Amino acid sequence: MPESFQLIISLLDSTIRIATPLIFCAMAGIFSERSGIIDIGLEGKMLLSAFVAATATFLTGSPILGLFAAILASCGASFIHGFACITNRGDQVISGLAINILASGLTITLGIALFSRGGQTPPLASEQRFMPIEFPFLDEMSYVPVLGDLFVEVISGHNILVYLSVLAVFFTYYVIFKTRFGLRLRAVGEKPEAVDTAGISVIKLRYQSILIAGMLCGLAGAYLSIAHGAGFGREMSAGKGYIALAAMIFGKWNPIPTLFACLLFGFLEALGVRLEGVELMWIGEVPVQVMQALPYVLTVVLLAGFIGKARAPGAIGVPYSKEG
Amino acid sequence: MSDSNIIPKWLSVGLIPLMNLFLAFCVSGLFILFIGENPFRAISVMIKGAFYYPGAIGYTLYYTTNFIFTGLAVALAFHARLFNIGGEGQAYVGGLGVGLVCLVFDQHVVGFLVTILAILGSVIFGAIWGIIPGYLQAKRGSHIVITTIMFNFIAAALMVYLLVNVIIEPGQMSPETRDFASGVGLVQIHILAKYLGLDIAMSPLNLSFIVALTVSVGFWFLVWRTKFGYEVRSLGHSETAAIYAGIKVSSTIIIVMAISGGLAGLVAINELLGVHNKLLLGFTAGYGFTGIAVALMGRNHPFGIFLASLLFGALYQGGTELDFEFSSITREMVLLIQGLIILFSGALAYMLNPLVERAYLKYYGNYSSA
Repeated sequence: MPESFQLIISLLDSTIRIATPLIFCAMAGIFSERSGIIDIGLEGKMLLSAFVAATATFLTGSPILGLFAAILASCGASFIHGFACITNRGDQVISGLAINILASGLTITLGIALFSRGGQTPPLASEQRFMPIEFPFLDEMSYVPVLGDLFVEVISGHNILVYLSVLAVFFTYYVIFKTRFGLRLRAVGEKPEAVDTAGISVIKLRYQSILIAGMLCGLAGAYLSIAHGAGFGREMSAGKGYIALAAMIFGKWNPIPTLFACLLFGFLEALGVRLEGVELMWIGEVPVQVMQALPYVLTVVLLAGFIGKARAPGAIGVPYSKEG
Repeated sequence: MSDSNIIPKWLSVGLIPLMNLFLAFCVSGLFILFIGENPFRAISVMIKGAFYYPGAIGYTLYYTTNFIFTGLAVALAFHARLFNIGGEGQAYVGGLGVGLVCLVFDQHVVGFLVTILAILGSVIFGAIWGIIPGYLQAKRGSHIVITTIMFNFIAAALMVYLLVNVIIEPGQMSPETRDFASGVGLVQIHILAKYLGLDIAMSPLNLSFIVALTVSVGFWFLVWRTKFGYEVRSLGHSETAAIYAGIKVSSTIIIVMAISGGLAGLVAINELLGVHNKLLLGFTAGYGFTGIAVALMGRNHPFGIFLASLLFGALYQGGTELDFEFSSITREMVLLIQGLIILFSGALAYMLNPLVERAYLKYYGNYSSA
């Protein structure tokens, strides 16, 4: 393999690894925001479920149980969000922010109390994690030029959650655009009065949407601590929830474009790491911070309408009350 | 949503916020119980840590200063119904203003003047970081919440880049600038007291606290006693009404965000001119986010914000004491309490209204509303 090709292959490989939690969270964001509920709590739900996944896996020894515990915890956070801004019609941004700060404090506090390791959970053995899956016919494929390398290095050899994230995108697309539930969900995010008039419960629909969002965030958290990583570290979500939020806006609240936005942002991060300390022709060294800031800058530029227009669901952020 | 008009003001502005706060503390207490410690002992440790030990009150008021600045920043934007989550980034960039002024002038200009310029620098740089999201909201319709979140991250990346590559003190590893010259800075209160013949314990409390109190009064005057303040509040109540009243909505939004960013930028004078004497990485330490909790609790009024800042100052200072007294509770407990306060005083602020209304009508209903 020539060196530049090798470089591209390894960049694509890390792009997929970085993009996986973004994809789960961004799909979660789509479910929530399409139904009219702003969700800046993606970050907190991911952090909380990462902690719960690692803790439950360590205590039970089973990553499957860890995964379910993570989903449960994340749905719990979603339920609080729903209780605050659907039932009590509180401010959705404030509620999301509360969840983020709460998750931050809760994970460190409980982590220290349970394990006395400065907020980390004990490292997990490989049988306690979702390990990479090797596809069949790897040897045969490796003789095929280019495509074979792509198959062996990029497509194969990830853990199950990576493949699940791709399914999550199709799931999101299918549910939101091809089912009756999805039609109602989109309607409730644009004109809740219309849905209410049709005799469908706005409250129930919105709760269902944010619980699906909770499940997806739970998968993202579990990916961080029991699949990609081997244990929980404090603040391990490190702003990924916000990047996912940016990717969702960049993808204009549509699953397929959002998938590409997640891959783009993942690629930028992978590239940033790779370019550290490398002199480029004509440009010189690109600071890693430029790559880190780029997703946010691109999102701001997009939101400002300089590259196409990102339009949020019509009723987003507005609590629904029958009296109007 | 707004305050109930069934129950009198002392209930909606006085009792209900206190009940919400009480709920937040109760849930925090449950967590401490769950961990296996005594919540009352934790409270007493925190109160001692915040008020009792020598210098404790100074530390509490030093944290309070930061929260007054960020709380006022968030509150002003709230009055125009803008949600400025960007206080953290604005404070950080405000620090850049302070740092640049000091590094450029402190060798050539008398310290007092440099300090004044540095204070202006913090306000102007913070304001710039507020103006851009304000402009994008006013002229391009970008949602201010999203833009300010993005600007926090952009600020963080920018500051790391500058501190690591550009303004770092040559020949040293940790990303911070050289010390500012000795005449530059805001004097600490215990040093000031010594000149006056008073002996008070050492603490980082400095003149920024006085600045914060002055700014609070100015805030009150601006919002409730000037034409501009009236325009801001009208805009907050109803944009359509504001437009019909001839208020220039876009420029009001931009000016509000400028002042809001400038207020957040003032955190830098307390931290950099009052304590660290240099620009360093991550000096904002989440104060910008705490400002949101402070503004919510303080109901966007400077007096309420002062009380809420004092509470959070005490929580932060008392929280550090937890590290010493307990093996299983640390200062991060305060983050948990903060999240619960934002939840109960912010997102669930009106949860108790129906309950209190019913109770009120039951006892007083015969006289007032029948």
